[in-house]
Amino acid sequence: MPESTARTQVPIEDVQHLAWLARLSLTEAEIAKYATDLTNILHHVARLNEVDVSNIEPTAMAVEAEGNVVRPDVPRPSMPQERIIANAADTESGAFRVRAILEESA
Amino acid sequence: MSDLTHLTIEQAAAALRAGETSSVELTQAVLARSEQVEPTIASYILPTPEQALAMAAAADQRLQAGDAPLLCGIPGAIKDLICTEGVQTTAGSRILEGYRPIYDAFVVKQLRAAGYVMTGKANLDEFAMGSSCETSAYHPTRNPFCPDCVPGGSSGGSATAVAADQAFFSLGTDTGGSIRQPASLCGVVGLKPTYGRVSRWGVIAMASSLDQVGPFARTVRDCAAVAECISGRDELDSTSSARLVPDYRAACGRDIKGLRIGVPREYFIDGMEPAVSASVRAAIEQLVSLGAEAVEVSLPHTEYGLSTYYVIMPCEVSANLARFDGIRYGVPKPGETMWDAYSNTRGAGFGAEVKRRIMLGTYALSAGYAEAYYVQAQKVRTLIRDDFAKAFEQVDAIVGPASPTTAFPLGAKLDDPVQMYLSDVFTLPASLAGLPGICIPCGFDEQSKPIGLQLIGRHWEEETLFSLSYAFEQSTPWSLPSNRARITVGGGL
Amino acid sequence: MSIEWKVVVGLEVHTQLLTQSKMFCACPNDYAGAEPNTHVCPICLGAPGMMPVVNAEALRYGIMAALALNCHVPPFSWFERKNYPYPDLVKGFQLTQYKYPIGAEGFIDIETEAGTKPFRVNRVHLEEDTAKNSHLTSFSGEHYSLVDCNRAGVPLMEIVTEPDGRSADEAVAYLRKLRDILIFLGIASGRMEDGAMRLEANISVRTAEEEAQGILRKRCEVKNINSFDVVRQAIEYEIKRHIRAYERGEEVVQATMGWDAENGRTVFQRSKEEAHDYRYFPEPDLPPLRFTEAEVDAIRLTRPELKHEIIVRYESSLGLDRYRAELLAQSRSFSAYFEAALGLFANVDRVANVLLGDFLAQVNDRGLSLDDCALLPVSAADIAELARQWDSGDLTGPQFKQVLPYMFDKGVGVEPAKADLGIRKAEASTLGPVLDEVLAANADAVQKIQSGNTKVMGFLVGQVMKATRGQADPKDVEKLLCGRLGV
Repeated sequence: MPESTARTQVPIEDVQHLAWLARLSLTEAEIAKYATDLTNILHHVARLNEVDVSNIEPTAMAVEAEGNVVRPDVPRPSMPQERIIANAADTESGAFRVRAILEESA
Repeated sequence: MSDLTHLTIEQAAAALRAGETSSVELTQAVLARSEQVEPTIASYILPTPEQALAMAAAADQRLQAGDAPLLCGIPGAIKDLICTEGVQTTAGSRILEGYRPIYDAFVVKQLRAAGYVMTGKANLDEFAMGSSCETSAYHPTRNPFCPDCVPGGSSGGSATAVAADQAFFSLGTDTGGSIRQPASLCGVVGLKPTYGRVSRWGVIAMASSLDQVGPFARTVRDCAAVAECISGRDELDSTSSARLVPDYRAACGRDIKGLRIGVPREYFIDGMEPAVSASVRAAIEQLVSLGAEAVEVSLPHTEYGLSTYYVIMPCEVSANLARFDGIRYGVPKPGETMWDAYSNTRGAGFGAEVKRRIMLGTYALSAGYAEAYYVQAQKVRTLIRDDFAKAFEQVDAIVGPASPTTAFPLGAKLDDPVQMYLSDVFTLPASLAGLPGICIPCGFDEQSKPIGLQLIGRHWEEETLFSLSYAFEQSTPWSLPSNRARITVGGGL
Repeated sequence: MSIEWKVVVGLEVHTQLLTQSKMFCACPNDYAGAEPNTHVCPICLGAPGMMPVVNAEALRYGIMAALALNCHVPPFSWFERKNYPYPDLVKGFQLTQYKYPIGAEGFIDIETEAGTKPFRVNRVHLEEDTAKNSHLTSFSGEHYSLVDCNRAGVPLMEIVTEPDGRSADEAVAYLRKLRDILIFLGIASGRMEDGAMRLEANISVRTAEEEAQGILRKRCEVKNINSFDVVRQAIEYEIKRHIRAYERGEEVVQATMGWDAENGRTVFQRSKEEAHDYRYFPEPDLPPLRFTEAEVDAIRLTRPELKHEIIVRYESSLGLDRYRAELLAQSRSFSAYFEAALGLFANVDRVANVLLGDFLAQVNDRGLSLDDCALLPVSAADIAELARQWDSGDLTGPQFKQVLPYMFDKGVGVEPAKADLGIRKAEASTLGPVLDEVLAANADAVQKIQSGNTKVMGFLVGQVMKATRGQADPKDVEKLLCGRLGV
């Protein structure tokens, strides 16, 4: 992120879009507060761009396992249905019930 | 026996085997202690006294039969981020109120197999996001040394349960310092093992590339005993290591003569409380007097640790918390459409700090920004790891403070996220590098609030940390019962 | 003036893999017909604290497919989180090999009118299937949906092509060949009707000049297609729609479309602007995967033979013609069945004729499938024996035609069938009385033959065969008749 962008206020519309992407219903006050917080935090972390990272590989995992970690393709019994749905607020015939899903998944 | 709750795990285990006490008696003692201190300290989201007594009775039977593991019959507290089958696990969040996992976490299975006694589910910052235990959706926890102050976080309740003698040990989790910082603020021993040493299976994820489970205890040997019990390969955690788990208690008492300890110049900065700096320097002197050799080292990218962490962690958080939609578990909220219900559930179920981090991570991963934030942070993470690798060519461990400050008053940093995040400035780099770190008490400030010493080791070299910590502990008064939290019984703090 | 429009089609295929367990947990992978949420564990439920563990066999299948599609297998792969919230996505993200697929830059040769043409494959990657949603309406008229996690975490492989299709025919040829490859590898069922294999087509058109310059116009993606017929219809529909738009001077909006089967047309679902922001990043719960050349070579050497490879072998080493080779290689199981029979009776023509003649007729008449020949009532050993007896004359043609259906009916071998049907070979010496009878009853025919009309001989042989209920050898009968009649 170029410093100039990080120093500018994160626009309210961007915060609203993020809230939609993350599926968080936020009040207007929360939106305003997060716009400020994000601006401040992003300003702080923009320091990362001072660091010369040319020829540096990214680290996604600090300690890697030796060799591939896989499991053999051996099925084991699943859990009983009543345990799988035990924590669900709304079920019907053993399935989870939700408000109508109108569109198709990605 | 005078006060059972002051015993170390090893003393209690000996007393159990000598028939001087029983697990039920030990358990009743810590429960009685909890009854007195809990109204003030509030270590637990859910105390589990009935369960504790039942587990204690079972442990007593096993002890009578002989051949019981060390932790059999020993009361311990579990951070409420760690799943316990059939026992409410909330992660400190409203969204999981009433959630009863259908499985035990690996670490809980290990403790169960050893016959431990669960005293309760300890309070934490919501989803382990915080450094003060104040973001818990249930209640704050207070520092037993100073009830106006925070215990640190996120594993605040786990630290206070041990510090206030409500349990002999506890489990916490450490992502950026969530074991070491509260251990420092509460005057107890806390270990964050090497990334991959302990299975994370059944531990509600915050930032998966950083999270690690570890113990709190009142002494180094107790901490070693619990660490040994919970470590090891778990086929259900692909990042857990198959390396053999050493006898950590055997490392306690090993000669530390000739061990080289690195003192990073970047870990003594402006803004650190003078008492912290003085105590840590005195502790280094003490280690030198015991035969260790102090070497100045440099970890030049330390100043970028916080920024690196506050990009990588929220990115992982934003994905890890996406599953909480109220459909399969959790507390749903109504809405006109499916997406309304979805967003309302999450909007109402998560607290301010959790939402802040989700928003931050969503931003840092979104199209057009990922390269500048996420990928850049991962590259700086490489440099931070390389700093340690270079330092560890010269030294066997790195010493410094665990926290720049002692316990601070409740509310002091709650409205300023960056200030709060700075609490973890000395613990974050080791987390980013996946290194083991231990925090042990090393003194008090002028208000008698504890100060902690942090030791960071090479990957998989927890033993070195235990050797150094134990030598230090045995030659200093900081972990003696007389230096325990002075919260008194029957009012009058 | 009319422009000559050129067609561009790219294809994406999702296929479930036939492993025993799911992609990242040990739940059984055979959820079809199961009660909701009965093939589920905390991992595929996306319960808090759960972590994925990679199924080694799914990885092997991925590499096998990559090799069969002439892809190279990169030395390094790793799963990433594809973030989008949805009720059928239990973790709120899908694990998929995004930046590091398990196979890249391959091709499939397809037959076109202009000859063989390579259809390039861009990538092969592994991921996990989602839960299944169903949509209902309550008595009070309220619409709602149910989510069943049985399918969540089933191993899924995606194969993405370059935009190499120049017609609906080419697209379908590619898809048929791909499906054959996956089925012959034994890693996929290829069943489109129940969603085990799902098709997507990206369609655009352009002018001849644009084609010459390698320019592409806006494309539309038709998703969730479950048959070759529909994919053809959808492609043809989109081609017409695009051309019509351009010829009216309109633009085509880059979009995702669905197929409206009722009206035989595509329908708009969402535009590119509404596309998701998937925020991919490496799955921190899974260490990266590395493959050595030796490991990849071992899979290359042990992978099953593909349909087109079998056809070529049948032509070159068994001397079968292309038509019969293709029929015999129509399913992996049938070709194995054929080869098992051949192993017991090595007469290629006889065995092939038995299988491709009366055998196939029986299979078709009875509505049986060649997908798994182990389920047929007649074994390969029975077929070998049947072919042997027919070849040696132990069974006459008519007897053969009687025995085979009986074997299908009862699921018995050749000898028991013959015994049940009372079939034994009629010896020439025992035919005397029958010949007497037939000759006496057909005096006209006898006269005709004796006056030189030998064509009628066939009729007499037939009468004898009828009288012996087909148990005589027609050649023997003819010989005997000739002797009797002195011709």
